[in-house]
Amino acid sequence: MRYYLLIDFGSTYTKLTAVDKEKGDIIATASSFTTVATDITVGYRKALAKLYQKIGKEIEFDRKIACSSAAGGLKMAAIGLVEELTVEAAKRVCLGAGAKVDLVFSHYCTAKELRAIIDKKIDIVLLAGGTDGGNSDCVLHNAKVLGEIGVKIPVIYAGNKSCQDEIEEIFRKYQIDGYICENVMPRLNVLNPHSAKEKIKEIFLKRIILAKGIKKIETEIDKVVQPTPDAVLQASELLSKGYLDEPGLGEIVLLDIGGATTDVYSMSPPNTTKSNVIVKGLEEPFAKRTVEGDLGMRYSAMGILSVLSKEEQERINRTFGIDIAKECEYHHEHVEDLPKTEKEDEIEKILAGVCADKAMERHCGKMEEVYTPLGMMYYQTGKDLSEIKYIIGTGAVVINSADPGYILSKMTNHEFNRMELRPLHPEYLIDQDYILAAMGLLSQEDPLLALQIMKKRMRKI
Amino acid sequence: MKTIVIGVIGADVHAVGNKIIEYTLKHAGYNVVNVGVLSSQEDFINAAIETNADMILVSSLYGHGEIDCRGMREKCIEAGIGDIILYVGGNIVVGKQDFKEVEQRFLKMGFNRVYPPGTPIEKALDDIAHDLGE
Repeated sequence: MRYYLLIDFGSTYTKLTAVDKEKGDIIATASSFTTVATDITVGYRKALAKLYQKIGKEIEFDRKIACSSAAGGLKMAAIGLVEELTVEAAKRVCLGAGAKVDLVFSHYCTAKELRAIIDKKIDIVLLAGGTDGGNSDCVLHNAKVLGEIGVKIPVIYAGNKSCQDEIEEIFRKYQIDGYICENVMPRLNVLNPHSAKEKIKEIFLKRIILAKGIKKIETEIDKVVQPTPDAVLQASELLSKGYLDEPGLGEIVLLDIGGATTDVYSMSPPNTTKSNVIVKGLEEPFAKRTVEGDLGMRYSAMGILSVLSKEEQERINRTFGIDIAKECEYHHEHVEDLPKTEKEDEIEKILAGVCADKAMERHCGKMEEVYTPLGMMYYQTGKDLSEIKYIIGTGAVVINSADPGYILSKMTNHEFNRMELRPLHPEYLIDQDYILAAMGLLSQEDPLLALQIMKKRMRKI
Repeated sequence: MKTIVIGVIGADVHAVGNKIIEYTLKHAGYNVVNVGVLSSQEDFINAAIETNADMILVSSLYGHGEIDCRGMREKCIEAGIGDIILYVGGNIVVGKQDFKEVEQRFLKMGFNRVYPPGTPIEKALDDIAHDLGE
């Protein structure tokens, strides 16, 4: 194997990355509009022609693999019992598999609320609830309601193992395309994501990409192997942990701001770094991903406005001399526009800063004071990211910004709020060639090569 | 196998008795779900819902038990597990009060059984077996 072609079918762009193993580096990247609505191969061929042009000749690739977030990505609904427990566990499993969680349900669900699964065109449902040997009434009820409203999409059952038989029977009775997995929370506060996550990916590759017209590309390339966020997650984990003798970067946080969502990935052990702290809640994973569907630079620009309080809006307006409400509206209405002037670039930066700030606020762990007879103690829920070494920025708005450091610095503890466990003194890196998804793909073929390229290509600022 | 949720309620960090209770109940053949120290009412109740528990056994060793336990039965009812058996024990009130009165106050709050300071968990085993219908 010498030449690899790594393809990322994004919602807007199809991005190609060519790697030469002998050189141990990328030889070219190219992109073109994604054309999944008509024929996905058209956009791919256009991008490929551009790629050959950059290389200066046509080359025969030994391996061509792709990831995809085209046609809306992978949209999931997560159902659990208690919000803080199986609901949260189910949500995390979906996010960890590279999906977007568009709908979340808890406790006994009504037909009316579950009908949103059909209305919102969800791709897969993850149904959880109850620890092993625990509550089974609720999941059985919810499975039945799913059957009664006539859900046609795949339903993965990953709840209490003790009622798997009854669930299978419900699947059969209502002809649900159902799959049985291990429980996402087999014991209280213990997260068991692996089995359900693999099933999500399997269904994505077998069913979803076919339904969305993405599988067609497999006549021209070897295979579509995973959802794009899953590739990015794998790349981040590799870059953090290292491979064999090649060391990784240690604890990292990755920020990916897109047009519709803001993704945050953290690679760090879930342990606490402080004394007098009691860790509460569901077990945290080493590799954690959160997605904010209301924070994005274009489609979700109005979300930026609604997460800011009146006072915060006013402060931004005064500091930068802009009208943030107007700017958000403009971005929302002009999704195709790219910043041309210095002023427009500045506005992009401010909006991206808000996305970074709020997405990190939701991703990082929190502390809560509690007075005890032994003195002040703290509850910690979520991950302690204070000792993170690097924050890596990706996504067009960060990569192309004149001042990416400003955007990334909004993820640190800039407000000096000691109750938020944000990174304290990180260094900043930029994914300047936009290659993280491609390197996640490559890591499945040649992890060492992918790691070396990432370490070479991340630019320090 | 019957499931019992145990833990230490409120801003209380006494961990030793909690471990002894876990050990003893496990050996007596129960499925023990331990939410640990510094647990809120919600921590107990959420755990009981997901694990379909038969009983919640609340410990309080620092004298604030009465404040911490108030409203717990109502919350259980609200959460759909109103029939769950609730036990409480430890140094559940401040100062030297007549235990009979203390017991009455906790029974009124909806606890099924109330144990005075210094009760070893072994003493409660018969009550547990009886109340769980074993």
